[in-house]
Amino acid sequence: MTEITAITMPKWGLTMTEGKILGWLKQEGDSYGAGEELLEIETTKITNVFEASDPGILRRIVGAAGASLPVGALLAVSAPQSVPDAEIDAFVAGFAAPEPAAEATAEDTALAPREIEAGGRRLRVLDLGGGSATPVVLVHGFGADLNAWMFNQPALAGSRRAIALDLPGHGGSVKVVGAGDAEIFAGAVSDVLAAFDLDRVHLVGHSMGGAIAIEVARQQKERVASLTLIASAGLGPEINGAFIDGFVRLQRRREAPELLAALVHDPALISRAMIEELLRYKRLDGVDAALATIARAWFAQGSQVLDLRPALAALSLPVQVIWGHDDRIIPVAHAEALAGTLPVHILDQVGHLPQMEKAGEVNRVIARFLDAHD
Amino acid sequence: MPQKSIRQALNEALAQEMRRDPRIIVIGEDVAGGAGSEGQRDAYGGVLGVTKGLFGEFGESRVIDTPITESAIMGAAAGAAVTGLRPVAELMFSDFFGVCFDQIFNQAAKFRYMFGGKATTPLVIRTMIGAGRSAAAQHSQSPYGIFTSVPGLKCVVPSNAYDAKGLLISAIRDDDPVIFCEHKLMYDLRAEVPDEPYTIPFGEANIVRDGDDVTIVALARMVHYAAEAAEALAKEGIEIELIDPRTTSPLDEDTILESVERTGRLVIVDEATPRCSFATDIAALVADRAFAALKAPIRRVTAPHTPVPFSPSLEKLYIPSPEKIAAAVREVYGYAK
Repeated sequence: MTEITAITMPKWGLTMTEGKILGWLKQEGDSYGAGEELLEIETTKITNVFEASDPGILRRIVGAAGASLPVGALLAVSAPQSVPDAEIDAFVAGFAAPEPAAEATAEDTALAPREIEAGGRRLRVLDLGGGSATPVVLVHGFGADLNAWMFNQPALAGSRRAIALDLPGHGGSVKVVGAGDAEIFAGAVSDVLAAFDLDRVHLVGHSMGGAIAIEVARQQKERVASLTLIASAGLGPEINGAFIDGFVRLQRRREAPELLAALVHDPALISRAMIEELLRYKRLDGVDAALATIARAWFAQGSQVLDLRPALAALSLPVQVIWGHDDRIIPVAHAEALAGTLPVHILDQVGHLPQMEKAGEVNRVIARFLDAHD
Repeated sequence: MPQKSIRQALNEALAQEMRRDPRIIVIGEDVAGGAGSEGQRDAYGGVLGVTKGLFGEFGESRVIDTPITESAIMGAAAGAAVTGLRPVAELMFSDFFGVCFDQIFNQAAKFRYMFGGKATTPLVIRTMIGAGRSAAAQHSQSPYGIFTSVPGLKCVVPSNAYDAKGLLISAIRDDDPVIFCEHKLMYDLRAEVPDEPYTIPFGEANIVRDGDDVTIVALARMVHYAAEAAEALAKEGIEIELIDPRTTSPLDEDTILESVERTGRLVIVDEATPRCSFATDIAALVADRAFAALKAPIRRVTAPHTPVPFSPSLEKLYIPSPEKIAAAVREVYGYAK
């Protein structure tokens, strides 16, 4: 029986209680490798493909296309050809369906973000996982929040403590950003490390968060075990200034899809719920002013102010770079230029959000790197 | 994120804005909890508890209890607005607009235009609408259609606590007179509402539900009835796009038109009476601008052209129901030219 593996409805993001199966990308009897796309799932927040974590053979599809099922529900069964159909039937029949998630448990308190005081400011953090391995801290980019890691943080938390924060001016954190520059944000990350009493961490940063991670490593080399830079700022002058301006100015729902499509290879990833969430954030008092301040400090006149390449070259710690081949915000050339000196992973058919667009692959690349440099 | 009722959301919006801007005052009947009556001051916080706590925090120069005289409330508020304050006046029941409509419709609404833009009238009028409580014909109407028809007035009709807070803050910060309609049966309805102040732009509809088969446009309590109908219809394979315009003036015409361009079918749900109304306005808009896209006649599900009955069973028949909405959708969905 141990050869039989249940494929169940994943939990993407904090508020997901159920998902709708849009369609299967593999058929019964197909074999697949780790990271291959099995099916497409829609939640109230996002639509994404579900990737296999391990290789297997899809023996039975239980959740039909169109079905809405709770998190943890059986979607399919994987097993080697040698397992008889009768055993598969017994496995399906005996699978304990999870209790339907009640309204009250939709935001499990252990999995919910909380507010902390760090360096005298209120910051929102999500603290998952545990264990003795070196913790990882996830730093999101401009205009995003800790939900940028919704597909990654739970996976990374399987083997270590994984902490994501909302930078000042973002998500549920205080909307005061001061100068809004790298120093302010690196200070906020350092304050979070201090608040959690973390001596040594891996840092993973996306976009502006990558540049912030480099800055933290530059300031406190002894605390940083490794750096993973995803579509990072600070590695060249080019940036899509029209996108940054449009993002700061964005007020209306109808303008959002065209603007946000530039973030990804497949615009279908940008759901209306994601847009609504972004608008709810942008409507909060102080947010647009904070974003304008940050944009001026980092990306004045459509070009990146900060060049961290010399600082990065001077760092004597493990650094890897992950980038989408079709990034329309920061060009992939910035990654290609580093290919001779660092491990660089360029992902095909991926835009500026590799950690969402190819979550499984990015998770594996990060996990391997962290395990190697604990 | 914290769950709050519409009552709490409105109270929070008022308190946060009054802290931010000392020019904001609240004026109306019982807004300080019944001045002059016996017992603790501000015991109730207004007849519905929306202004609870404001008197204690801001005092009687900013939370002004008035006699029962709507014409004086609206006249004083309109005058205060053109002379530098930012009043939030309460017209307890919208049904009483008749006694103070000169101050609203012929004065406040006209100032900016008639003074060539040299005067602004940052006035908010909060008022209750809606049937369903057996409050009879004089306390159960939904006259937002009349407010919407007046150039110079803006009109807000929220359906949930998140929108209520953001739209009330937008109304208070707006430099024109805004009628803010609160459905009397919805004050306890809860939703996730941020603690921080935020604004929702006027003239931007909310898409409550995505669908490709039939567009429903609904306001206030009817949004929830339409959502209930949509849930039932989805099981029959009919996917509803449910649009809540949130503000009837300005109106987000583009969102409605774009939706009908895709679905080709429109049902409008309105708790108000059907003549010269919000429902007829939306029907006219679509007939005018998206006629070629229509695959079926436009259907309106509204109250009948009668006063609101007092009898609970008749009142129930009077108000559009999820069943009536679903029946109208099935009719347009099954329509063959």
